[in-house]
This record gives sequence, C-alpha cells and structure tokens, in this order.
Amino acid sequence: MAITTTKSAFRKGLADAAPFVLVIIPFSSLFGILATEAGLSVFETLAFSVVVIAGAAQFTALQLMQEHAPTAIVLASALAVNLRMAMYSASLTPYIGAAPLWQRALAAYLTVDQSYVCSMAQYEKEPDMTIPQRMSYFFGCVTPIVPLWYLFTLVGALLGTQIPDSWALDFALPITFLAMIAPMFRTPAHVVAALVASIAALATASVPYSLGLILAGMAGMIAGAQTEVWLVRRAERTAG
Amino acid sequence: MIDKSTLWIVIICLGIGSFGLRFVFTGLVGDREMPAWLLRHLRYTAVAILPALVAPQVIAPAATGGQFDPARFAAAAVALAVGVLTKNVLLAIISGAGTLYSLLWLLG
Repeated sequence: MAITTTKSAFRKGLADAAPFVLVIIPFSSLFGILATEAGLSVFETLAFSVVVIAGAAQFTALQLMQEHAPTAIVLASALAVNLRMAMYSASLTPYIGAAPLWQRALAAYLTVDQSYVCSMAQYEKEPDMTIPQRMSYFFGCVTPIVPLWYLFTLVGALLGTQIPDSWALDFALPITFLAMIAPMFRTPAHVVAALVASIAALATASVPYSLGLILAGMAGMIAGAQTEVWLVRRAERTAG
Repeated sequence: MIDKSTLWIVIICLGIGSFGLRFVFTGLVGDREMPAWLLRHLRYTAVAILPALVAPQVIAPAATGGQFDPARFAAAAVALAVGVLTKNVLLAIISGAGTLYSLLWLLG
C-alpha cells in the first residue's frame, strides 16, 4: 500500500511498528521490576523511563549504580551504550532534516531502536514521501511503543517488590543483554568487537572505579574498527 | 542501596545526554558529514560495551559472591546461542531464563 496522505502515513507507521509491542512490554516490565528491586521508588522508576527512554542505557546505569560505581562512570558507560542514537540521528538527517525544529526535537526524544529501524526501511522503500508524510510515519511508529514503555515500567515497578529472591532476577539483566547483543552480530567485525571487549573486561575486572568497562569498551571498538578496515582491504585485494 | 542524590543526577544527566545524542545530527549538524574513522568506531560501541558489562557477571556472578556458577553460565550461553541462531531477542531471553530455572532446580 503506497502512502498518499499524512494520515495514511501515520496509520502505516502504526501498523509497521505494532509487532514491537511484544518486545516492549516484557522489556519495560523487567526494568520496572529490577529498578524497584534495586531500591528505587515507583515514582523514581517511572521518571527514569520517561526522562531517559532507552532500555539498554537504563539497564546499564542501574547495574553500575548497584555496584556503587562513581557517578561519572555510570554516566559515561550508559551514554556509550546509547552512542548508537547519534548514528541513528545522523542517518535520519537527510530524510527529516528539513522538518520544523519542534518536530525534529520531538522526533529526537522519540528516537528508539524500533522507530529508527521502521522509519529508515520505509524512507528507503518510498523515497518520494514528503517531509510531513515522513514525520507522520515516524510519529505513527512510536505511538504503539512509547506509551507502553511508560505504562509497563509502571506495572513492573508496582509488581517489583513482591518478587522473592529465589527467582534469581539478578541474572535477568545479563540474559537480556546477551539476547540483545546476538542480533547485532551482523559482520565478523562485530563479533571481534564483542569478543575483545569481553576478554578485556575480564582482564580489567580488578581496575578500580569500574574503569575496566570503559577500557574494555574502547578496546572492543578499536578491534571492531580495525577488523572492518582489514576486511575491506582484503576484499579489495581479492577483487583487484 | 542506591544513593538518592546520585540516582537523580544519573536520571537527569542521562536524560539530557541521551537527548543530546539523538538531537545532535537531526537538530544541529544538519547535512555535514562526519569523519569516516569516527563513524567506523561508533559502529561498534553497543556491541563492545554490552558484552564488556556482561562478561564479569557471567564468569563471576555477584549473587554467588563471585563464585563461578554452572547454572548462570549455561543460561548465558543458551541465551547468546539462541539469539545468534534465531535473531529473536524475546526467544533468546525465554530460553536463557528457562535454562537458568531448570538448572537451579536440578542442581538444588
């Protein structure tokens, strides 16, 4: 179905993003549960989700605060996890950069993995969309996602303190992160980055102030970038 | 227990920082291009930071006082393997959790 009006663009965005509801509900509930388990009040937990609106970064910050890492390290690590948002922003710019500033600001707040993935796929498929249609599509995508992100954070927070220790929820976070990492292994360079970062994290576990995490992350990024350069050169040699 | 003032500093700064990261290009940079070397490193941030965060918890979980735990290790391995094979985040989480509970129950 081709998009002909801003209204049909909104509806298509809504329909395309609807399946992500299945991911958003358990994720946001889990954040609500773990945050209250860590001692946050229901209000603090909900504020966290509304202000930050980034699952992986919220989980990272929560984990490090529980380990009593210094605030600067908590922020640096969580923002590093969120650096991909800057890349999303960069790749959305050619498509929506001409929209009014208030719309771009609102879209920036609402840029999450799901709205980015849906929108980029749509913009590339139908390059003739107007700017208002693109914005409508984008806001359509976030409509089934963001309100549920708030709502189920609240539900999780209300349930949280009633869950007994025997449920081993300490390990919900590592399992969730591993599950999130796996689909990111798009190229050998991504795998190398993850492997080097893991090994470096184990090797630097005794470095104070959780600085090991930053060092390991940087080691992984450099390893990934270098592997990419090496793979491109090898492909060029083979082609030449 | 997490200190309340630390918590609010983290919530507010992380909110501002995350918005900044999302707004930096659509809002401020416009169509100017970033250097290729920077983009090349940015591509691997999430895939490096998340495993670095998880690895110590998998090998030496805080819940068992840093002792290696076969149930937690197996759960991590299963979650990762299912994720890689199916690319399905939800299925990977469910498989990992299932493994953890089965083994915790079996190993007592």
